Amino acid sequence: MSLTPEDVSRIALLSRIELSPAERETTREQLNGILGFIEQLQAVDTAGIEPMAHAVDVVQRLRPDVVTETDRRAEFQAVAPETEAGLYLVPKVIE
Amino acid sequence: MSDLANSSLGELAAALKARKVSAVELATLFLDRIEKHNPALNAYIALDRERTLAQAKAADASGKVGAQDTPLAGIPLAHKDIFCTKGWRTSCGSRMLENFISPYDAHVVEQLNAAGMVTLGKLNMDEFAMGSSNETSYFGPVKNPWDTTRVPGGSSGGSAAAVAARLAPVATGTDTGGSIRQPAALCGLTGLKPTYGVVSRYGMIAFASSLDQAGPMAKSAEDCALLLNAMAGFDARDSTSLERPAENYARDLERPLAGLRIGLPKEFFGAGMDDDVRAAVDAALAEYRKLGASTVEVSLPNSGLSVPAYYVIAPAEASSNLSRFDGVRYGYRAPDYGDLNDMYSKSRAQGFGAEVKRRILIGTYVLSHGYYDAYYLKAQKIRRLIAADFQRAFESCDVIMGPTSPSVAFAFGAKSADPVQMYLSDIYTISTNLAGLPGMSLPCGFGANAMPVGLQIIGSWFGEAKMLQAAHQYQKVTDWHARMPEAMK
Repeated sequence: MSLTPEDVSRIALLSRIELSPAERETTREQLNGILGFIEQLQAVDTAGIEPMAHAVDVVQRLRPDVVTETDRRAEFQAVAPETEAGLYLVPKVIE
Repeated sequence: MSDLANSSLGELAAALKARKVSAVELATLFLDRIEKHNPALNAYIALDRERTLAQAKAADASGKVGAQDTPLAGIPLAHKDIFCTKGWRTSCGSRMLENFISPYDAHVVEQLNAAGMVTLGKLNMDEFAMGSSNETSYFGPVKNPWDTTRVPGGSSGGSAAAVAARLAPVATGTDTGGSIRQPAALCGLTGLKPTYGVVSRYGMIAFASSLDQAGPMAKSAEDCALLLNAMAGFDARDSTSLERPAENYARDLERPLAGLRIGLPKEFFGAGMDDDVRAAVDAALAEYRKLGASTVEVSLPNSGLSVPAYYVIAPAEASSNLSRFDGVRYGYRAPDYGDLNDMYSKSRAQGFGAEVKRRILIGTYVLSHGYYDAYYLKAQKIRRLIAADFQRAFESCDVIMGPTSPSVAFAFGAKSADPVQMYLSDIYTISTNLAGLPGMSLPCGFGANAMPVGLQIIGSWFGEAKMLQAAHQYQKVTDWHARMPEAMK
């Protein structure tokens, strides 16, 4: 199958990546090239095979429910584009 | 060139211990070499002489130099710019993090700092580790020190070029689909990707979390073993870090290879490998037989599916991991935008380069409603088939060998127009990551245009010491690893 310009716009929206109209067409061609390449997976019989999500078969480790992190807000916010009074600033979300 | 610039970690440690040289003098020697040669290579993208010399001075005063539990104290190294390094710009090769000064250290950096090692600087890389030629870096490509018209490989191309040019004794790298081994091969180095979970991923900027693993890049297997000793270890902050007793990866280096069974996957020796690479790899295998090893043909019937499976799984995980770059908490924010969504979309459009965007888009698509089963789940099932192939192969051999890369270093621009062609540069390395196995590359000769060729060794799970033994024994009877580019002397 191959992606339509509408598909590309939808994927770009889901990805939160703005594409110019010119970029959209090149992107469509390149994505179709990659999808064509990965299409060969469909021909493989995988009936009864467990999907492998992880390289090593281990169970999730648990730790005691105690505070281990110290407050480093000021340090971490120092690298943010815009903060005020300990908060991250973004455009208004609720009118 | 001073002999110290071309010395092994053991020789450097001995010189430091005997007070023939101080950590400050060593750091200065490498910083001066960097100043001289880096403009031609673009391997380092962050340098801070004062900070480096302060750390070296502290190492000299620490009492760690010459101490038994800190054998690497006072020795300088450099980090791939994917590792968060407190106080250093940590860009991951991206405009997105062009101004990001890390407020903390990655676990690997913490460990190496605690070992008394001295940070020379941060090394260039493909943007977010996505690339096989270093051409996707926002800071411009790294040049191969053997021939500056050719790529150094990627994504750890800065690490490879820096060590190959003797602008650092050793360097850290990361490998998601071949990013340590392929540049090591293309630059004539020894590099090792450990078993998944051996080295903590904490503070290592995430690309594909189920595949990413950090490892050493060095001139020799012995140096790789010593650096891996300092990099490995359990870390509770990485939920996939493995709790295992500490290992001395150098323990088997001096054991002879008699009786070693080397598996040769017939799929790795078919069409697709250049003749010059084949000749060098065949010669290396002949050397191994002389050392008492035997070779046996094995089969990895699903290995041909590893590149397509990888290009579903890695972009899927990347699209999720890179969603954190939203222009809110850190990183680039577009100067002009409307509402919140517009701010995200513009910041990401301007902050990410073309290859990163491509992979996020592919990943988003294969995870999107209606396609998840057909692509992502399917690829995960094939991943199990690939891992099972290795499990079967290791029933009849101790290590697997083959080429690291199908060709020697290629010219800039040769593959950058066609993403799929570029992806195929990692055809022999990717299956190892999918299976979680350790893999390494070591120099085994020179091919066309006098460019280095890499021999790949794949170990069974936690087989690092055995791989390093095999590599070291070969390096004792050959000198490919000791060669360095004439122009860098």
